[in-house]
Formats: sequence, C-alpha cells, structure tokens
Amino acid sequence: MSPFKISWKNIWSKPLNTALNILLIAFGTAILTVLLLASTQIEDKLDKNSKDIDLVVGAKGSPLQLILSSIYYIDFPTGNIPMNEARKLMKNPFVKRAVPLALGDNYNGVRIVGTDSNYISLYGLKLQSGKFWEADLEATIGANVAKEQNLKVGDTFFGGHGLTEMKDEHKDHAYEVVGILAPQQNVTDNLILTAIGSIWKMHEEHVDDGESHQDHEGEAEHAHDEDREFTSILIQYRSPMAVAMFPMMVNQTTNMQAASPAQESTRLFSLIGVGVDTLQWFAVLIMFIAAISVFVNLYNSLKERSYDLAIMRTLGASKGKLFSLIILEGLILTFIGTLIGIAFGHGILHLIGNYQESSQAKMNGLLFIREEFYLLAAGLLIGIIAAVIPAIQAYRSNISKILAKN
Amino acid sequence: MNNGEQWLLLGQSGSGKTTLLHILTGLLEPTSGEIKINDTNLYSLSSKKLDEFRGQHIGIVFQKPHLIKSLNITENLFLAQSFAGLPTDKNRIEEVLASLAMAHKKNAYPQELSQGQLQRVTIARAVINKPTLLIADEPTSSLDDKNAEAVLALLKEQSELNKATLVVATHDKRVKDAFNLTYSLS
Repeated sequence: MSPFKISWKNIWSKPLNTALNILLIAFGTAILTVLLLASTQIEDKLDKNSKDIDLVVGAKGSPLQLILSSIYYIDFPTGNIPMNEARKLMKNPFVKRAVPLALGDNYNGVRIVGTDSNYISLYGLKLQSGKFWEADLEATIGANVAKEQNLKVGDTFFGGHGLTEMKDEHKDHAYEVVGILAPQQNVTDNLILTAIGSIWKMHEEHVDDGESHQDHEGEAEHAHDEDREFTSILIQYRSPMAVAMFPMMVNQTTNMQAASPAQESTRLFSLIGVGVDTLQWFAVLIMFIAAISVFVNLYNSLKERSYDLAIMRTLGASKGKLFSLIILEGLILTFIGTLIGIAFGHGILHLIGNYQESSQAKMNGLLFIREEFYLLAAGLLIGIIAAVIPAIQAYRSNISKILAKN
Repeated sequence: MNNGEQWLLLGQSGSGKTTLLHILTGLLEPTSGEIKINDTNLYSLSSKKLDEFRGQHIGIVFQKPHLIKSLNITENLFLAQSFAGLPTDKNRIEEVLASLAMAHKKNAYPQELSQGQLQRVTIARAVINKPTLLIADEPTSSLDDKNAEAVLALLKEQSELNKATLVVATHDKRVKDAFNLTYSLS
C-alpha cells in the first residue's frame, strides 16, 4: 500500500473540502497562466514584427497609432504622405533601407499592403509556392490568409475599400494570387502583399473616373507623381548615429512625423503594465488564500485524525512516514490545483483568441512556455509550506497519550 | 511470560493497565527496567526500528475498533502489512478474514460494519503479520455479553492459530473464567 494511495484516499474522503482547495489554487494559477501567456505572446509578437525596423515615417498624428498601423497592422493609418517628399527621405544618407507602404484596402478583413521588393528583404520572406508580386494586381499572400480564405495560386479576388469590412468593392480590377508565403510567424502571415501601383490603380479610378486606366502603366505613374501618396515608410538606419539625428530632422523639417517602434512599444507596455500588475497581485493573493485554506484543512483534519495516525504508528509506521503522508497530501492538493489551473488558463486564452477580431494580435492557447514549470514548482512549494506545520505536529504527537484518551 | 501462553491482566480502571500495555508494546518508554521480546530489548532500538518491530511482532486490539475510514477492509489490512515493512499478501488477508468469518465484507468500508464486525476486523489486523505478542486492551467492554464472549473466543483461537502469546487487559468480570493465568494490578 503506497503512501500516495493512503494520502489520495484520505484527501477524497472529504470531497467538498478538497474541491474547494483545488478550486482556489486552480483559480489563482489560471489567472497567472493567462497573464504569463498573454504578455509573453504580445511581447514576442511586438518584438518579432519590429525586429529590423528602426523608424516609421508617416503623416502627423499619434506616433503610437502610426506604429500600430504600419508595423502591427492593427490600428488605422494616420493619413497619407506625399510620395515626392517621402522619396527625398528615402534617399537620405542615414537610410540604409526604406520600404514604402500603401494601406487602405482589404479582402474579407485581411489587409492589402502595397509595397515594393524591399519589403521582402526587410522581413526575410520566403515562398511556399508561386512567386513574389511584380506587376500591378499581382498578389502574394500570407500562409494564414491562404488557409483561412481558401486561396491558391492562380485564384483571383476583389479588394474592398477600408481596412475591416468588404464595402465598396473595387470591382474594376481583380487581384491575382501569384504566390503564397511560407509561414513566417509574424504579421506577414496575415497580409496580402502587392505592388504599390495596384493600390494607386484602385483609387485613381475612383478619383479620375477611368481617365487614366487605359494609359500605359509607366506613363501613368509619371503623370501622377505630383499627387501620388504613400501611407508610411519603414526605415532601417545605416549607422547608430541616425537614432539621434534622423527622427528630429523628419519631425522638424518636414510635414511628416517619425516614430520609433522601440519607444512606442515600451510606452504601450507601460500603459498595459498597470493593469497586468494589478491582476498579478490579485492572483498572488488568491494563491496565498489557497495556501491558508490548504493549511487550515490539513490542520483541522489532523485533529480528527490523531487517533488514526496513532493507530498507524502502532501498525509500524514511523514518525517520518506520518510526516511524509501529510506533506504528500498538501502536494497532491496543490499539484492537481496547479495542473487544472494551467490547463484552464490555456483554455481561457484560446477562447479569447477565438473571439479576437484582429488576426494580427491573436492569442494562441496551445503554446506552452518554460515559465509554466515555474508556476507548477511554485504550486508544489505552496503545498509543502501549507502542509509543513501539520506534518510536524503529526511527527511529534504522543501516541500513548492519544490512545489512552479513548 | 512464555511463548504461546494466554494471560489475563486484571485491574480496576485507573490502575495502570493501559500504561503497562503501552510499555509492553513500545509506545511508552519506562523510567526504569526493560522489555525484551524474543531477546530484543525494545527500548534500545531506534524510534524507526521500534515502530517496525512493533508492526512485525506485536498485534494490538483496542477497546474501540478503530480502522482508517477512508480505506476499505482489505486496504486497512494491506496497510498493516506495508507499515510493518512486509510485502503485501492478499492470500494471507483472505485467510485471516475467512478464519474470522468476515471474508464477505472484504470490500466494505468501516462505516458499513457493525461494532462486532469492526472488532473482528481489528483482530484480523492485529494477527495479520503473525505476531509474537497479541495484546488486547479492554476488547470486550463496549460489547454485549454475546459479542464479548465471541470476541474473547476469537482472540484465544487466533493467538493459538498464529502461535502468539496473548495478553488481555480488562476490568470486565465476564472475562475472568476464560483464563487460568492471571496477573492482577491493584
């Protein structure tokens, strides 16, 4: 008869007390798990997506909004910037690589991004099938887009105006899927990439009412250079010197604004951080209450069981054995609670992920991280701490006295 | 006391019967003197060794039948085997339960049994490891005449069956006639 079985049976001889203890521990652990997973995943996403981008230049407005829209594709763009001015910046000696973006269209909520081939090298994109976009109206789609929208190479689709819903479809021109990206584990998994000219084409026809669409593409581009616009430019610096000089230059001498992804992410985190901290303390408090509850439970049951324990001693169990039986009970309670809590936390996060509209910030409840082992270890530690006093009492009890009483 | 003898320990309550039994069984260290069972000096053993020795060589039946409530009858007997550091032996359990006419209750939980049945199970638990010394502290005082007689008979029968020395401590006059070796505390 293993000590585990004895402890196990005893725990379940009082199912309600046991359930309450497990519930408390599971609840605390679940909150901690959700916080841990969510903050890790958000941080991870923010880092991965802004990895090689030093600066974003766009229309004046909120810098955070500019970063969110141009790097994470979650907020609306701040507006557009004139192409001529943007091009001047892109040729600046501080700039190693500059990638223009044109946003504003979507396909079933998936953002269509007009850009050039620099985008490929910036994100280090790789293909799963087909080729990268070259001519206007050719589109290369992210791995998730292909899966969720059921698109394959050779398919065609119409873009819609706006960023979220399919209203005002651009019925005049259909995009053709020419390639599908290999999964990149970043924003590009959920984007449709195309040439900047495609976006211009869609919108010119609304403005110019079909005047230019018969023109040769090259000519059209020249003819309209004056009122051509980008949404933003992603910039990689040539030297660290630029960090101090370049943003200031943009903000002071041009009509555009420069925003640093690193700074804005930090700012965003400090905003969310307060809420996360509060929840974290709340969860720690629950764990603390759970520890006390386990302690009280073991301590009380010890009084009722003192005779049982004395009998066990007469049957040959040593003091050490009784000590380990009680510790084991604490461990079993908190171990089950922590496991349920972690599982529950993953479930909640997955549920949240399913209800999230933005595909870019989607949480995944099926990812496990190393820190969860620390949670489990912390749970076990709580079990030992809560059980240690009752266990010492069991160890020290005077069995002759207990037996003589009855 | 010699091997296989059956002794009665008589005395009024408060006369020190239980204390003597606790000393005999290694539960309470005497201020002077020593206890030898099969040439082992009990109180020269370490606490852990003493517990193990008690589990293997001494069986105890208490006044109130006390079993672990969360375990069924068979599991309670398993417990007695494993706590004594012996391998668990299902056949031995069935054999002992059968000899006490309790085989049909082997999967029942303690709260499903009557007092008389519980007392039989505690006797089973006391003899499960074939002890050298079988001790009973007021085994009959909470039972009616019929059950008291039955329990006494079982104790004597089991101690003979397992070749154990039997010591029954009691103030119960009903028990007197069953023993010819008596030690009185006064």
